[in-house]
Amino acid sequence: MHVLVLAEHDGDRLRAGTTAALGFARRLADGDGDQVTCLVLGDSLATVADDAATFGPVLVASHADLAEPLADRWAEVTAGVMRSESADILLGASSTFSRDILGRAGGLLGGAMASDVTGFHRDGGHLVWQRPMYAGAVTASVVLHGNPLIVTVRPTAAEPPERSSPPASITPVEIDLGRLPTSTGHLGLDGRPSHRPDVTEARVVVSGGRGLKTTEDFERLVGGLADRFDGATGSSRALVDAGLAPNDLQVGQTGKVVAPELYIAVGISGAVQHLAGMKNSRVIVAVNSDPHAPIFEVADYGIVGDLYDIVPEMIRQLDAD
Amino acid sequence: MSFLVLVPTKRVPDTDGVIRVVPGELDVDTSHLSFVINPFDAIAVEEALRLRERRDDVEVVVVGIGGEAYEDELRTALAMGADRAIRVDAAEPLDPWNVAGILAELARRLGPRLVLMGKQAVDDDSAQTGQFLAAQLGWPQATFASRIDDSEHGAEVARETDYGIETLSVTWPAVITADLRLNEPRYASLPGILAARGKPIEEMSLEELGIEIEPRVELVGLQQVSSQRTGRRLENVTELLQCLRENTELF
Repeated sequence: MHVLVLAEHDGDRLRAGTTAALGFARRLADGDGDQVTCLVLGDSLATVADDAATFGPVLVASHADLAEPLADRWAEVTAGVMRSESADILLGASSTFSRDILGRAGGLLGGAMASDVTGFHRDGGHLVWQRPMYAGAVTASVVLHGNPLIVTVRPTAAEPPERSSPPASITPVEIDLGRLPTSTGHLGLDGRPSHRPDVTEARVVVSGGRGLKTTEDFERLVGGLADRFDGATGSSRALVDAGLAPNDLQVGQTGKVVAPELYIAVGISGAVQHLAGMKNSRVIVAVNSDPHAPIFEVADYGIVGDLYDIVPEMIRQLDAD
Repeated sequence: MSFLVLVPTKRVPDTDGVIRVVPGELDVDTSHLSFVINPFDAIAVEEALRLRERRDDVEVVVVGIGGEAYEDELRTALAMGADRAIRVDAAEPLDPWNVAGILAELARRLGPRLVLMGKQAVDDDSAQTGQFLAAQLGWPQATFASRIDDSEHGAEVARETDYGIETLSVTWPAVITADLRLNEPRYASLPGILAARGKPIEEMSLEELGIEIEPRVELVGLQQVSSQRTGRRLENVTELLQCLRENTELF
């Protein structure tokens, strides 16, 4: 079996989701002669290719026309490599990047695709994939029919593999520039500069919900508490809807899925759509004024009370340590 | 020639409903659930209507793929203001590949300049169909759109990504999938509901479209997920921090 993992990277390093996908790929390709390859696309890739090679063999498709992750171009190149390598499975981390690009590559490769996979087992000759449906209320087991298979993996589904020394081979891929679509253009990325880690990569996530009244309160209380743990901030959809938090902080069914060491839900009632994004966190704390809020049912520890009293007290006691 | 916008819509359980697996079956209990247009598809319908309000040549055609029950949701989209509706009669569930195949054939026949649809359906949460469709048609795609500025030859689209808002340009024809913040869908007005009664819902069969279903995703198990947490109530912050010290490795 040959598993190809499409790298999501920041130009220097693989993203954490990709290293987890590499770990997942190793579990899939654990037999004699099985192979895991990381495919890195972009422009000026020497640094990120070196990083990827510490995990195993790397294929690199580098060109100015691939500088931005435009789905039509990246999917075309990725599907081409899948065919030329005769790879069996195309893997990526669950993220907006993979949904966009692997989705399109899946469309070029016959559509045998499972999204947001959390695990797998073997049943006879079949691979059976586990994935959440209905905002995580149920777990479906599915068998994919086709070749190759395309799978996106929850970053929480596997640990990154050990880095090896010396690093593995880095091999350039030929790009057929004539085949690259040209009807999509990249005009810009309005990144939100933040001194905090990404919500999907942090060990501690503090999220705010409807209980917060202003953007300033969100920054002072949710942000302030997160900073005591060098953690990330997240938010419920309600707060994004209300314009009090940016969308890329949204945790839940239609936002990001996180599973940190500690998740603190502040003023979040716990709609099933939010729980879908955080209920696999290792320890969950809920602070809410409503004793019947559903968030308490998925929490390990809860305090019923006004977050405007409790959160400042938490910050004060943590600072006193 | 009109600027045809095709808006595929899926019929899904209302997200407020409680989802329970029927014991021993590969299905959820739908007997107590109410159904709605997939919320992201409703956003796509709304955006198509706003596009029609901005330019005078737009025709909005909504599509549903499924049994007769789909007509309720199509009627809702017509009441919101869509010009006409098509129901492709097919047995469910269909996986994203087959839905995309049906939509691609419809697109070839109807010649839309834009297919506008939700970024994902909130039942299976696959988020694949729009991308599959764009790939099958060889059209540009802009997924997770939060703003669409259309022009004669294409659009500038703001996309919600994990790293912030990315802006893309696409040329027509294109596939765009709608994210939450694109707009807030209107409610159907009473005149709209009355007008919808007179609008046609065209029915098509898979045979007419020349399509055979080739399943890609086979459901072999369905399991209810329940919380294993104890939900211990604590009196104060001191107690909480004590518990966190004992049960995490963060301190």
